[in-house]
Amino acid sequence: MSTMIETKELRFLYPAGEDGEPVFALKGVNTAIEKGSFTVILGHNGSGKSTLAKTFNAVLLPSGGKVYVEGMDTLDEKVLLAIRQRVGMVFQNPDNQIVANVVEEDVAFAPENLGVPTEEIRRRVDDALRSVDMYDFVTHAPHLLSGGQKQRIAIAGVIAMEPACIVLDEATAMLDPVGRQEVLSAIRRLNREKGITVVLITHHMNEAEDADRVIVMDEGRVAMDGTPREVFAQIEALRSMGLTAPDTVDLLDRLRQNGVAVPLDALTVEECADAIVKAMAGK
Amino acid sequence: MEPILQIKNLTHTYGVGTPFQRSAVEDITFDVYNGEFLGVIGHTGSGKSTLIQHLNGLLKPTSGQILLHGRDIWAEPKKIRDVRFKVGLVFQYPEYQLFEETVYKDIAFGPMNQGKRGEELDRCVREAARLVGVRDDQLEKSPFELSGGQKRRVALAGVMAMEPDVLVLDEPTAGLDPAGRENLMANIRDYHRNKGKTIILVSHSMDEIAQNVDRILVLKNAHVLMSGTPSEVFQQAEKLLAAGLDVPQITRVARALKERGLAIDPAVYTVEALEEQLLALRKGGGAC
Amino acid sequence: MLKDITLGQYFPGNTVAHKLDPRTKILLVVLYIVALFSAKGVVTYAIIAACLAACVRVSNVGIKQLVRGLKPVLFIILFTGILNLFFTPGERYLVEWGILRISDTGLRNAVFMVLRIMLLIMGTFLMTYTTSPISLTDGLERLLNGLKKLRVPVHELAMMMSIALRFIPTLIEETDKIMSAQKARGADFESGNLIQKARALIPILVPLFISAFRRADELATAMECRCYHGGEGRTKLHVLKYERRDYTALTIGAVILIAVIVLARFGL
Repeated sequence: MSTMIETKELRFLYPAGEDGEPVFALKGVNTAIEKGSFTVILGHNGSGKSTLAKTFNAVLLPSGGKVYVEGMDTLDEKVLLAIRQRVGMVFQNPDNQIVANVVEEDVAFAPENLGVPTEEIRRRVDDALRSVDMYDFVTHAPHLLSGGQKQRIAIAGVIAMEPACIVLDEATAMLDPVGRQEVLSAIRRLNREKGITVVLITHHMNEAEDADRVIVMDEGRVAMDGTPREVFAQIEALRSMGLTAPDTVDLLDRLRQNGVAVPLDALTVEECADAIVKAMAGK
Repeated sequence: MEPILQIKNLTHTYGVGTPFQRSAVEDITFDVYNGEFLGVIGHTGSGKSTLIQHLNGLLKPTSGQILLHGRDIWAEPKKIRDVRFKVGLVFQYPEYQLFEETVYKDIAFGPMNQGKRGEELDRCVREAARLVGVRDDQLEKSPFELSGGQKRRVALAGVMAMEPDVLVLDEPTAGLDPAGRENLMANIRDYHRNKGKTIILVSHSMDEIAQNVDRILVLKNAHVLMSGTPSEVFQQAEKLLAAGLDVPQITRVARALKERGLAIDPAVYTVEALEEQLLALRKGGGAC
Repeated sequence: MLKDITLGQYFPGNTVAHKLDPRTKILLVVLYIVALFSAKGVVTYAIIAACLAACVRVSNVGIKQLVRGLKPVLFIILFTGILNLFFTPGERYLVEWGILRISDTGLRNAVFMVLRIMLLIMGTFLMTYTTSPISLTDGLERLLNGLKKLRVPVHELAMMMSIALRFIPTLIEETDKIMSAQKARGADFESGNLIQKARALIPILVPLFISAFRRADELATAMECRCYHGGEGRTKLHVLKYERRDYTALTIGAVILIAVIVLARFGL
């Protein structure tokens, strides 16, 4: 598989922190996101996960090191628009990224900026809204929609650019469980059906359960990197970084400490129950 | 136990006489007992927000009554402000209400409105700050210099400093990371333990509710769907799931184990309890 | 009270009033205003009122909503009315009461003035009710396009306007929320003298401004992420095109305006 985004010795410096001292939010990150993959970036607040995400489409530029999007250097101003078109970004607060008073006008915003011909905009807007299951709301006013619906409009607004990758920067943090589910299933579908690369930044551990890959950020560095099973099995390490493993893994861990022979990587409820039943029967 | 708040046949209808007429809460009746930790759960639009804004008189019932210490809070509409001091309400994302130059002054806003001055005021502010883990050296800082989690603590302290008899919290941990959530809930539990005051916690997270409260009130479509202790409520997991609500992950594991023939209580909701049951089961040797 | 502010509210619909090109509607409103200020007597006012009534009818917007829009400016309307009523000198005085006198011209002026302001507001509101803010600004941008040559930043102004309109409901909702939160801390917005009342607004205004700046900042980033780079090279989802109904509407508008001007010359 080819590489969508690559960072090399990426460092980022926030000009002045709370006490006037410059703060390194990223301290040398080397990673690569593969095309078509579904990657979740986890980390507590202040771990650098959001900063990292914002370097992926040149919202933030490296203070040191490089970020390449399909080989394009984000520091090169000439390719700025091309990068932004390839890597779309959805932010936390749905209210602050909707530009227009009508759903279709908002989704059309990016293709209009890109100078796409009118008929083509129409097609893209309709397709994008269908892909997030919001076509019925095409002429609605966004401020009357629920959080999950607004966030799906924001995703459609990005899809209409026909990007290769979508970065969701804590896009589920402000949503209720229903809204979160709506958004997650929409992006899973985009990943599976359209092959769009997804990078999901979150601190909800259960959103990482069926990702291809989990990257855990801590203190501006990549602390863990692997499949969800590999990462969540390291309960103690996660706790020390202010994160928690899912309750299923916690339960398995406690049982193991009491001598029950269960594996640690049974993430889902069903897998966990199966593993326990097997271990209890095999005693 | 004696009730501190009684909600009687509460109905609130928005947009009466317009095509948008809609009841956000309809004929809701329940009691809140003195000193209890009550959890309220339900979907967005189930009526939670409307309900809690009635408890301190921000909204006036279309019909029905709210009794505080046995007295109708709207008996004297002019004195509704006193009710707001007795029933402290912390809104969602309360950090967006901060406005003063210093953290200290912001926490003091509520108690000042109450008429507290001098030493009493100072005691209330400092005690509230301590309860939520705001350090003394942060009191003279501007609230806008603090991190998101700290701002939220300051906002919480601003309501606690009024020393209300009932503290109502709307999604206090929304948007925080796991460690932030756990720390804040620990502060709230401490407050409950030390002060013995009644707390009403509104949350979307079944796990958070299950881990903290004595009793749960489940709302659905403007009505009370059920209420009871966590294990009473999770006994009826089917009813919750049918209403589109979640049950804690551990309860789901317990249910799956029961389905697979293990003698497990399907209503357990903490990791510790399920672990205990499984270990007991293994000791007894009576698996399957 | 905040819910009474209806400016910038749009009621989606599919009537002719909704379908007209926004440029047509803006031009019609201009014609309407000119007509209003030319009107002199009962006949001309009646014609204009009848036009408005016909448009309201066509647009499917409830008259209630339109009247609700008058509420925030009620004071201004009453003030102008009273000023005209008492302080217009005339030939004949109907009522004399100390220095307060109502002349026949005063009564006439007062009635017409109040009518004029009400018709003016309802007419413009009808346009904003039936035109999405986006197409309204779009129309304005296109109408003012010529000014670009004079280095007037037409696109930027139009964008600013449409974003302002987009955020009005959001900020109103936010104001309500902050007010409730401060009320929950015992803030009192009702009692006290003027200075105390003004001071009571600080706990609302400070958080509101801070939040507006944060929103503006986040929105700017989000717009950049969606490849916004000014008006250059932009295309449109909805391209404005005059249709037959637009020409018809403009012709009718022009005819009525001429009629009103002519009738007004005869003092009707």
